[in-house]
Amino acid sequence: MTDQQLKNKIKTEEYFINMGPQHPAAHGVLRLILTIDGEIIKNVEPDLGYIHRSIEKMCERDSYQQIVHLTDRMDYLSSHINNVAVCLAVEKGLEIEVSDRVKVIRTIIDELTRIASHCLWWGVMGMDLGALTSYFYAFRDREMINDIFEETCGARLTMNYNVPGGLMFDIHPNFVKRTKDFIAEFKTKIPEYNLLLTDNVIFHKRTKGVGILTREDAISFGVSGPTARGSGFSSDVRKHHPYNAYDRVDFKEILFTEGDTFARYQVRMMELWESISIIEQLIDNIPEGETKAATKAVIKLPKGEFYQRVETARGELGVYINSTGNKNPYRVKFRSPGFSNLSVLNHISKDVKIADLVATMASFDFVIPDIDR
Amino acid sequence: MNFIQMIIPLNITKTISDWIYSIMPETAASYTIMVVIAVAYLLLFAVAGLYLVLLERKVAAWFQLRIGPNRVGPWGLLQTMADALKLVSKELTSTIKIDKFLYNLAPYFVIVAALMAMAVFPFSKQFQAFDINIGVFFLIAISSIGVIGILLAGWSSNNKYALIGAMRSGLQTISYELSVGLSILTMVLLTGSLQLSEIVEAQRTGGWLILQGHIPSVIAFMIFMIAGTAETNRAPFDLVEAESELGAGFHTEYSGMKFAYFFLAEFINMFIIASIAVVLFFGGWLSPFGITDNITWFPEVIWFIIKVAGLIFLMMWFRWTFPRLRVDQLLTLEWKYLLPLNLMNLMLMAIIIWLNWTI
Repeated sequence: MTDQQLKNKIKTEEYFINMGPQHPAAHGVLRLILTIDGEIIKNVEPDLGYIHRSIEKMCERDSYQQIVHLTDRMDYLSSHINNVAVCLAVEKGLEIEVSDRVKVIRTIIDELTRIASHCLWWGVMGMDLGALTSYFYAFRDREMINDIFEETCGARLTMNYNVPGGLMFDIHPNFVKRTKDFIAEFKTKIPEYNLLLTDNVIFHKRTKGVGILTREDAISFGVSGPTARGSGFSSDVRKHHPYNAYDRVDFKEILFTEGDTFARYQVRMMELWESISIIEQLIDNIPEGETKAATKAVIKLPKGEFYQRVETARGELGVYINSTGNKNPYRVKFRSPGFSNLSVLNHISKDVKIADLVATMASFDFVIPDIDR
Repeated sequence: MNFIQMIIPLNITKTISDWIYSIMPETAASYTIMVVIAVAYLLLFAVAGLYLVLLERKVAAWFQLRIGPNRVGPWGLLQTMADALKLVSKELTSTIKIDKFLYNLAPYFVIVAALMAMAVFPFSKQFQAFDINIGVFFLIAISSIGVIGILLAGWSSNNKYALIGAMRSGLQTISYELSVGLSILTMVLLTGSLQLSEIVEAQRTGGWLILQGHIPSVIAFMIFMIAGTAETNRAPFDLVEAESELGAGFHTEYSGMKFAYFFLAEFINMFIIASIAVVLFFGGWLSPFGITDNITWFPEVIWFIIKVAGLIFLMMWFRWTFPRLRVDQLLTLEWKYLLPLNLMNLMLMAIIIWLNWTI
């Protein structure tokens, strides 16, 4: 048989595989329909809905205090930040000014949440790239934060510490000391992270120049958070539209211009230091004051639309409340960072290998319940 | 009779062989003894494999700030036994539309190749089942058979992930086979023999081969460890079963004992790679500086085991610290770096031997 005959006889064709809904790299029930030629990805089609709980619809049924509980279950790694977003939106509607104490405590816990979330992301990033040990290092440190939360908020993951108008109750007497202990300890751990993963040559090979997202694409797809900042798009809500106590602390917005997986990785790693710095500035001078502004038992927002944006660990979370003046909102819409970030995945994962897609997805830090809600 | 006495040094085995010879004719007895030795080897390596699994879990736990298995038996010593028992008693499930014959055949290729390689290892001067004069060649030949099993497993499973894993395995093993072979060849140049027991004996005078061959030996050792790790499909070269990409790779659809064969073969292969390294670079059963040479009763196999354990620990260290390579980087590493380096190393070694610069 000549070569030509062979070529006519043997054809290659593209095929598709389901990555998910049960797949170790999906970190949840995300289903990606991959069209593959050999090992080269030709198309990525995300298929959502496997963990859709219609949280937005449930919000229309519930009172404003109850909505806060539901947001815990969206992006469960930034649950406190989600709570704050709803509370801020409701407070905006009620025109309540919360006390400085509440603002500072919210900021500290926000940043602790961010550190915990980034810790988990770091561990899982290593695991996706095959370095299993990072997972356990990250969980060791995240555990300390969870203990702080457990003591102060009563829960480790879905904290539900906020109510419209302030905090559910004051911080635990140990809170300040334990947070300081954690910060002192954690500062010695980040260099360990770098030794284990960041400085590894294989890690550099796997992440540098992989999954490049340009600044233009980041803006046009609505990408936000560390993912966008890795592409040089300054999108930190804490900086541009300060809420809580972010206007009185000094911190840098981390920006990298490479736009590859390693840039996104570095943004998150350096955000850990920024979060530490924010906590250090606030933890020693938490102002005295009441922890909850007086609100009515049944909150009724005035007729109108209210919007609040906050920076979660994954990007910009927007809470839109449309009120008709009843005790329930007419419509609630969450602009979740994960959904917008996912939309760009197909654009930047064409003609790469499966392993690159996994690395890119890991650097995007998806939380699937946040995408689906 | 002589042959049997040579391979079974301990008195109890001599008693057994004498007893077998006394109750049956000589031909039958020698066949019986072969079977007995084969069964003994099988058991030995099944147990060795199981305890390597336990060791891996313990080492992983130490690396990862955990304790590891500690519930079944003291320090979890019976944990893997219990796991094996569970796997044996499990139902063998499979997907529909598999190629039944190949699907069932594949695990045996892998496990038999791993066990066959064991036959030629010189654990100590007397403790070697099969001392042939082409021992090194036999090892290289046998260890390449395992990949056929992996390819068959991936092909016959009717699973796209398994197929990708198997194809990666083909790429990987065929490429790294070259480096393993060439680095072994470098050392064979030095000893001038393919017989494993002779290679070890050559190190009795003049020190271990890693010292005898100067820098080329060290380079050969490094290349051998890298390529050996790749050939056993372990991290950072575990693309074959990269769990974050392919689920479980080629053995996704296997269950029960068939899965256990693949699992056990990985650990026995690790043992084989470490053993080859010990024989070729670290003096096999010989004691360091000859410290136990004058103690006649001292079982030399202990030195062999200690050295192998050290190298296995090194391979586990790789696994629990490094991220995984991508498939094209894997091939780049082999074809662009390791192979040319290896060829140059071989030349260098030849020059050193030609100029008689060895210690």
